Amino acid sequence: MTSSWLLPALLVVPLLGALAMLLAGRGAERWATWFGVGVQSAGLLLTLLVMAQFSQTQSGSMQMVVEHSWIPELLVDFRIGVDGISLPLVVLTSLLGWCAAVYAVRRVAEPGRARAFVGLLLLLQVGMLGTFMALDLILFFLFFEVVLAPMWFLIAFWGSGERRRSANTFILYTVLGSVVMLLGFLVVIVETGSADMVALANGLGAQMSTSAQLTAALLILGGLAVKTPMWPLHTWLPDAHTAAPTVGSVLLAGVLLKMGTYGMVRIVVPTLPDAMVSIAPYLAAFAVIGILYGALASYGQDDLKRVIAFSSVGHMGFVLLGISTLSVVGINAALFGNIAHGLITGLLFFVVGGIKQRTGSTAFADLPRSLYASAPRLGFLLGFAAVASLGMPGLAGFWGEFLALVGAYHPLVPERLFYRVLLVLAAMGMVLAAAYFLKVLRRVGQGPAPETLLDDVATDEWLSWTPLVALIVILGVAPFLLLQVTEPAVRVVVESVAGALP
Amino acid sequence: MTIQSIDLLTLSPTLVVAVGALLALVAELVTGRGQVALGVGLTALVVATPLAVLASGEQTLCNGADAACAYVVSPLAVALQLIVLVSTAVVLLMASGDVSDGTIPGGEFVFLILCSASGAVLVPATTDLVTLIVALEVVSLPTFALVALRRGEPRAAEAALKAFIFSIVSVAVSLYGISLLYGTTGVVSFEQLAAAATLTDPTPLGTAGLVMVLAVIGFKIAAVPFHAWAPDTYQGATAPVAAYLSVVSKTAGFAALLLVTWTFAGWSEVWAPVVGVLAGLTMLIGNAVALKQRHAVRLLAWSSIAQAGYILVPLGAVTSSVVWGPEVTDAVIGYLVAYAAMNLGAFAVVSVVARRDGAESLADYRGLAWRSPWLAVSLAFFLASLAGLPPGLIGLLVKVRVLVVPVDAGLWWLAVVMAVATVIGLAYYLVWAALLFARSETADDEGLTHRLAVRSWTSTVAVAVCVALTVAFSLAPSLALGLVDRL
Repeated sequence: MTSSWLLPALLVVPLLGALAMLLAGRGAERWATWFGVGVQSAGLLLTLLVMAQFSQTQSGSMQMVVEHSWIPELLVDFRIGVDGISLPLVVLTSLLGWCAAVYAVRRVAEPGRARAFVGLLLLLQVGMLGTFMALDLILFFLFFEVVLAPMWFLIAFWGSGERRRSANTFILYTVLGSVVMLLGFLVVIVETGSADMVALANGLGAQMSTSAQLTAALLILGGLAVKTPMWPLHTWLPDAHTAAPTVGSVLLAGVLLKMGTYGMVRIVVPTLPDAMVSIAPYLAAFAVIGILYGALASYGQDDLKRVIAFSSVGHMGFVLLGISTLSVVGINAALFGNIAHGLITGLLFFVVGGIKQRTGSTAFADLPRSLYASAPRLGFLLGFAAVASLGMPGLAGFWGEFLALVGAYHPLVPERLFYRVLLVLAAMGMVLAAAYFLKVLRRVGQGPAPETLLDDVATDEWLSWTPLVALIVILGVAPFLLLQVTEPAVRVVVESVAGALP
Repeated sequence: MTIQSIDLLTLSPTLVVAVGALLALVAELVTGRGQVALGVGLTALVVATPLAVLASGEQTLCNGADAACAYVVSPLAVALQLIVLVSTAVVLLMASGDVSDGTIPGGEFVFLILCSASGAVLVPATTDLVTLIVALEVVSLPTFALVALRRGEPRAAEAALKAFIFSIVSVAVSLYGISLLYGTTGVVSFEQLAAAATLTDPTPLGTAGLVMVLAVIGFKIAAVPFHAWAPDTYQGATAPVAAYLSVVSKTAGFAALLLVTWTFAGWSEVWAPVVGVLAGLTMLIGNAVALKQRHAVRLLAWSSIAQAGYILVPLGAVTSSVVWGPEVTDAVIGYLVAYAAMNLGAFAVVSVVARRDGAESLADYRGLAWRSPWLAVSLAFFLASLAGLPPGLIGLLVKVRVLVVPVDAGLWWLAVVMAVATVIGLAYYLVWAALLFARSETADDEGLTHRLAVRSWTSTVAVAVCVALTVAFSLAPSLALGLVDRL
């Protein structure tokens, strides 16, 4: 196919950009951030080309596949491609990467060092895009690991507060998770003799014995659950978010967390269907505990970033609930929730980063109470993102959660009654989410007349944030734009599980 | 008995290195310049490397009657010899700075290193237990002198003595073990022992003998609980010598372990659990103690102990379902190749920084990225490789390759221990990497004697070679993981 260079180029462009930043001399300090914007724009352009080439009618099958034998000793091939499940995440990654680059032009976090900052962001981009495109288990694992070092550097050197400790917690937790995941992958590879994700999903994995499937599934899910993060493995997340610089938080919440849930849909569900059917109810239970816990914990926080971090635990709970239904609606909901959460939480962290830049803190105690009056546009964006996050119909956040609940009403797994109980609890979680975001808005926005005015949203901030605002509205009004891409691919996944259902 | 035929070409890698040792000594005596000795030594190694590849599959020193040969070069042996030869060459490059400023005498240094290396080249080609132990001692004896060779460092003598005593004890034990094995089977050659081991079940006496032989190997590779000499010895020696001990001497030890385990493959139920437990202890204790280290070379010493634990894992996972064979040996060789490149690289940077800045403790590395960005980036890359974190891809891939074996064997405890050990290991490599890029708080700074020593570009070449190798392995991991198949 003529377009076969597109996906490799999507990886090579940021990689070369990162290398260029490594090799560039001190003089590059001045233009490094512009260089970042250039590279990310090129990446975004390539992504648009991928979207144009992508055949929506065949989104259930892998497209633009590039294959190259790489390490025969480990059965590893360099094999990448996109389908309806991965394409939206690739687009989200490119978009958030671009927004982050634009934001960084005038706002590299303390202590500057633009070259290293941009280089790390570009390396991060390689790992994130690669994870969503990889079609080989070990390759997936490698890309999964590529993001760790850059994110650790971003938190440890450009973060604030207890940044070094938070960065170490982040990397040690997630490495432990990914090593456990690797053990699961190795079980699959040893049992089936293949690391080809497509072949494994198309029935090769299902040939494994149920006990081997169960071992592999528990290990892989355990590893992915740390990244997602699923309650009770989420404890690294709030610290990492609080300490990370703004763009670090945006990419962490917007993209990195999705790597966990993406891995479940892409690998665990179709490859290990028998195990998935038995594990699903437990996954659902953890998901709902996460929803309630996230909501209650958010309510108790005294720091804006921590509120959003815990709200992420809740939102990812809905995504997990959707996956655990193993139904077309539920998994569609999960994929939709992934994208919606990426856009909304990305915007939230941008806005909160903006507040932090203006006031020097994100702790409620230090914040002026009158954001609506002192910086009305910033206040509006915070309100908009918060309302989107709590699942207001008409905005993107609604559909992921609503469809997850619909999925839980008609789960494909036999434990229907159990799922309906969970459904009620999860719905309560939605209500609680409203409570904590309203508390935030009241606390930060609606105080008495301002003591001092804050700088309102600047042009570069508008430029960086507008795409997110627009997409939140568009996907809220027209969810089918995304669902029609994911639907055929989800059907393929669900069909592979259907055979395992009693 | 007929006269043994001697094929000099097959023996040439060992011979060239040994002759190079003598020539280096003479060269320094004649010219009075240590650098000339280094040049001679490097030449010998460079010549020996292609000869080793050519000799692949050959055998010599054969006894005509039953065609039993005393020197057999299997592809596995060539792979190990290549690691030894290239690593020794890198060590020589690394040492050029110390030689040119007189910290170590050039002629003696090259002589001793090459003597030891000739033993290390010999080890994988031996075919009986006695020659094996002799070859291992050829590796070890010069290293004690090498450790003590550091001028004006009182700790060096103590360090050498410590290694010497440990070595003597372990050799004595293993000789006793060999006598027990000989007593039970009546033979010492690997092939005959292997035949005996497949025919008979392990006897208590034979078991004791085998475990004792493992002790000397445990000492060579500094596996816990035979590791106690390593940290003090590494710290007392100069960085190049420590690098040599941690890579070449260890490779010789693993070569011996591969030979012994191949020989007694029929008794794997005896040695595999022992090696497995050694692996587990070595990984956990090596990594856990490394967490507390604040001295650069000492930290690398503990890290190299831990790394040896990873390399033991495939052999420890030999069971009824996973037999001694390419699945196991390719994992061991692949890890050894990658380990040689990344560990030598870390030592090479430490050596340059120690000479230039007088840096010893980790705190001295604070802000290295501002003083010498390339050295800092290189060191961070090697540390990432050792930790198994991208961009050090090869370090990660060989860990994956090693981990395949216990998973395949269903040996879950070993796989889990390795997983946990890797995570612990990450912590201390990160601490060091973080220091490199931290802004130095004390601006240009007490304790650091800047650029006192002569700058030596050859030491920097050593770093560059290791970077090139590690990057090449990361891009084309088959070079390391499939090395044996190519020979």
